This record gives sequence, C-alpha cells and structure tokens, in this order.
Amino acid sequence: MMSVVSSVTDPKALTLTVVAQFAASPERVWAVWEDPRQLERWWGPPTYPATFTRHDFEVGGESRYYMTGPETDAPLHGWWRMSVIDEPRRLEFANGIAGDDGEPLPGVDPMAAHVTIEAFDGGTRMTTESTFVDVAQMEKMLAMGMAEGMTQAVDQIEKLLS
Amino acid sequence: MVVHQLSDQEVDRIFRALADATRRDIFGRVIRNCLSVSTLASDYEMSFAGVQKHVSVLERASLVTKEPHGREQIVHGNLSTLRHAAALLEAFEEIWIGRASRIAEILDEKGSA
Repeated sequence: MMSVVSSVTDPKALTLTVVAQFAASPERVWAVWEDPRQLERWWGPPTYPATFTRHDFEVGGESRYYMTGPETDAPLHGWWRMSVIDEPRRLEFANGIAGDDGEPLPGVDPMAAHVTIEAFDGGTRMTTESTFVDVAQMEKMLAMGMAEGMTQAVDQIEKLLS
Repeated sequence: MVVHQLSDQEVDRIFRALADATRRDIFGRVIRNCLSVSTLASDYEMSFAGVQKHVSVLERASLVTKEPHGREQIVHGNLSTLRHAAALLEAFEEIWIGRASRIAEILDEKGSA
C-alpha cells in the first residue's frame, strides 16, 4: 500500500519534492535502494526497464545503469555517485547521463537527489528531493525517463496558457 | 509562452491551434523536448506533410518555433523559461510518482517484509 502524500514543484529553484508513505519498515524501504536487483525493478518504468551493472553503495561509490526501450533503439546510459549514505535514514547522490560506453558524459551536469526515509505512523515516509541546474539539463535528463514523463503533457496545456 | 497581453486575434489562433488533439499532443511533446518534424511524423499515423501542416498551425499561433538544423526542421515549444521549467518539473514529478508506486508493489509482495 502506498500513497503519495504530497508533491511540490518549485520552478524558480528548479526543485521537485515528492513525499510517499509505505506500509513497511524504514529498513525494508532502504533495501529497495541498496539492492540493485530490487532497484532495477522500480527505477525505470515497465516500458523502459533499468539494468544496474554496477552499484557501489557507499560514500563516493558509483553506479552504472542502462535503460532499454520497447523499440530497438540503443539503450540509454546513466550513472550515480553517492555522497551521503546514512542507513536507513538518508541517501544523497548525483544522477547523470552517460555515453554509449556507459561512462559519465563530460560537460553534462548531473542532477542532485536527496532521499530521506523515516518511520511514520507505523510505516515509512520517504521524501525525495530532486534539484536541477537549468532547463537544458532537465530536458536531457528527461529523455532518460521519457516514457513516463510524456503522458501528462497534454493536461498541462491549459495551465501553461493561463 | 508570451509575456505581453494577447490580442483577440492571437487568442483565437491559439485556441484554434489547440482545438485539435494531434496538435495538442505535438505541442505537449515539444515543450519537454525539441523534436524534428520527421521524428514527430514517425509517431503519428499520418503523412509527413500532414504533420508539417499541424506544426505550421502551431507556429502561426506562436506556440512553437521551427529552426533548420542541417536537413532537418527542429520544433521548439515557445514558453517562458519559468513555465518551461514548471512543465519539465511536472514531468519529473510523474516519474517519481511512478517510482513510488512501483516501490510499493515490491514492498507488498509476500515475504518481502
């Protein structure tokens, strides 16, 4: 059982904060981040599943992953670099785009992800805060998760024009 | 989109441009990512010329801009930076909500706790 408790976007600060609540312990929620086999079951959408080929879950450690789309297009590569690991409470990492060789692309800034996991009301509350550098970077990052990000576009049009 | 006050004629063009489902779809997509006309054309069940026509209608309403890039025509959404950022953040919001619901599914599996 899950509910997204709140979600706040701040276009001026280029941040997004999503709070979700789970009926499981913080240790159990932590495991879906730590265990690459669990992580790859949720990081990408079903149409664009992620495969983590490396997941050094320690401060300064890095991850490598790729996402495979429904078409025969070349897979999209990405990377993480962990800066804070405070089990089972806090996780901070940079998430960037990698080239076809799977290694980080130079000159493309990563986004920053801050994850807070805390016991709440018999379950767990997980807060993810994403911080971006600029619109161009967001567009590039979005291409990595496109399958999901596209669907809502049309509903937003009226809001954009108002 | 635009900062200045729109004239009735401009508003009319915008509404007419967005009255069509394909054009709304094209506009929604190019806000998130600049796309070439041929990329767009490959995603719709209509001719290249048909898609090009839709793009022209959006262009006349100042909703998109076309820019030549080699032999390709790249279509950009016309939004203020702030609105553009808001649209992109909403796309990431959707990604994170999808992730949270997949985490919940994993946590709900038998023997997972």
